[in-house]
Amino acid sequence: MNGAVRLTPDELTIFQIGGVPINATIVFTWALMLLMVIGSWLITRRLTSDVKISPGQNLLEVIVTAIRDQIAEIGGENAQLYMPFIGTLFLLIAVSNVFAALVPGFEAPTASLSTTAALALCVFVAVPIYGISQRGLGGYLRQYIEPTPLMLPFQVIGEVSRTLALAVRLFGNIMSGTMIVGLLLAIAPFFFPIVMRLLGLLTGFVQAYIFAVLAMVYIASATKVTRGAPPEDEGEPAAEAG
Amino acid sequence: MTGLELIAVASIVTGGITIMVGSIGPALAEGRAVAEALSAIAQQPDESGTITRTLFVGLAMVESTAIYCFVVSMIVIFANPFWTYFVEQAAGQ
Repeated sequence: MNGAVRLTPDELTIFQIGGVPINATIVFTWALMLLMVIGSWLITRRLTSDVKISPGQNLLEVIVTAIRDQIAEIGGENAQLYMPFIGTLFLLIAVSNVFAALVPGFEAPTASLSTTAALALCVFVAVPIYGISQRGLGGYLRQYIEPTPLMLPFQVIGEVSRTLALAVRLFGNIMSGTMIVGLLLAIAPFFFPIVMRLLGLLTGFVQAYIFAVLAMVYIASATKVTRGAPPEDEGEPAAEAG
Repeated sequence: MTGLELIAVASIVTGGITIMVGSIGPALAEGRAVAEALSAIAQQPDESGTITRTLFVGLAMVESTAIYCFVVSMIVIFANPFWTYFVEQAAGQ
């Protein structure tokens, strides 16, 4: 049952460095990182404020302003603070999934639970960091016992489980997309693998967006500063007294 | 039935039933969510951006359960530790 279809790119070893096998996940992740860093460095070497800007700068401006507006809609006024983190999350996952659907031979590193778990751990660590930097240690810790101290274990379990859900959601979506294409290649190889690859392109984009938006929602819920009437807690229409 | 055959039958049946039952609930829930979102957009077309975004986020959360079931089913079929253990044992004999 094992060797028929590869589950994740973890199982494909590309080369070895001194006896340590370097698998496809690491190679493709580093290739993506180099591509994005070098590409954006080439574009932002000559930034201008003129009316006529290069197409690369135009592209980057569209992307950056779109991400910033989305963050501002969710997190309030301080979008610039969270943009590096959330923007990087979105861009890495989106580029990885898009390349997996378009570039032949490229396997999405997000189809491996290691990558998605690492990204989810980044979010798990970033939420307290942003929360403490915005509200102070006491303010951040107080929200765990906010309605009643009995809720403390549920809050902690909720935080851990939503991080796990982030990792498994992204992994499951991307892994299922690549696996469906692999299986269809064996069954009906002419037309349907292409259709499924297009579907994988769409779900890859949607999952990247959802990962970034959920990360921003978690950060916003940890950093919300109440002034006057407390805002609704994560959408639940609880009747707040004052 | 030997242990090997029993593991194979149990894995195949479990994989099928897992994804079968696990996709019913999320599908129904997502259909309901989309229906409510459509009626909300019909009532307030100006807010369609916010509604659509919230809809997608909610759909992703609901989809998670189906994805969990799918991952379990894939593991049981393709990365089954019990199967590999028994195969190694049978190959070693």
